Amino acid sequence: MESDVLVVDDSAAIRKILQRVLRQTGMAIRTIHEAGDGQEALDLLKNNPVHLVLTDINMPKMDGLQLLAALKADAHWRNVPVVMITTEGGEAKVGDAVRLGAAGYVRKPFTADQIKEKLVGILEPALPL
Amino acid sequence: MNLQEFITNSINESTVQVFSTMLGVDLTRGEFSLENSAPGSNDGVVSFIGLAGPWVGSGSVSCSPVLACRICSQMLMTETPSVNEDVLDAIAELTNMIVGGVKTDLEARLGPLGLSIPTVVYGRNFKTKSAGNTQWIVGRFRWDGEELEVKVCLAPHEKGAHAAIHSSQAYPLEV
Repeated sequence: MESDVLVVDDSAAIRKILQRVLRQTGMAIRTIHEAGDGQEALDLLKNNPVHLVLTDINMPKMDGLQLLAALKADAHWRNVPVVMITTEGGEAKVGDAVRLGAAGYVRKPFTADQIKEKLVGILEPALPL
Repeated sequence: MNLQEFITNSINESTVQVFSTMLGVDLTRGEFSLENSAPGSNDGVVSFIGLAGPWVGSGSVSCSPVLACRICSQMLMTETPSVNEDVLDAIAELTNMIVGGVKTDLEARLGPLGLSIPTVVYGRNFKTKSAGNTQWIVGRFRWDGEELEVKVCLAPHEKGAHAAIHSSQAYPLEV
């Protein structure tokens, strides 16, 4: 079964890189949606259900931790795994993400193998919607 | 190791790691110096990102348009003949990752720090200035004959009462 993924990052460069990396993993991914911040992600999710969210933390308007909190507070999205992909490597931010229910945490810079390793165990059990 | 040496090592490791991981490029260790805030004329691409907390400052990455395009091409695996939105975005993200790595290293020593959203400038004969009489730690790296400068300035926040507690020296940068 193919999965749908949402990539949230204010950097178009990172969104393009993640698109490429996700395709390279060989995982069965059907659609990769993109959003530039947390609010745009929530708006997009209204009409585009996904099996996985990959999000940056530092973003304008609504950051990744606020997005994570909003998703976990919504019964419809609570079980969708959210993986943080961010330059924020400090214990405080990692702790915040874990406490809010993040399924994983990848530090930038990242390799394709690191992304794949993190997602294999998360995406497969998350199917189906 | 004083804070200046610590930041120098961190800039070096972070820059080399970001280029290696995201671009597949092996940079050699940069040459480092301390520079005053006196503005000079700039041509090319400059990206700034702010650091805030008990210590405050900025990080900066600058390079020629040629190198900016090369970085973008390597990062996004696309042909980029001239500076465009993709190039500016790639340099902004490069700055975010390099200075973000330095920030993470610094947090273990100085306590939690915040990182702003990066701002990128592209042009000719422009000047940049950081408020105050801050000194910058400047690292110069070379890739195929082009130079990339990574700069960080940092000073204790006036109200950051516990800044000195986390540091081995109260004001190691002498700013």
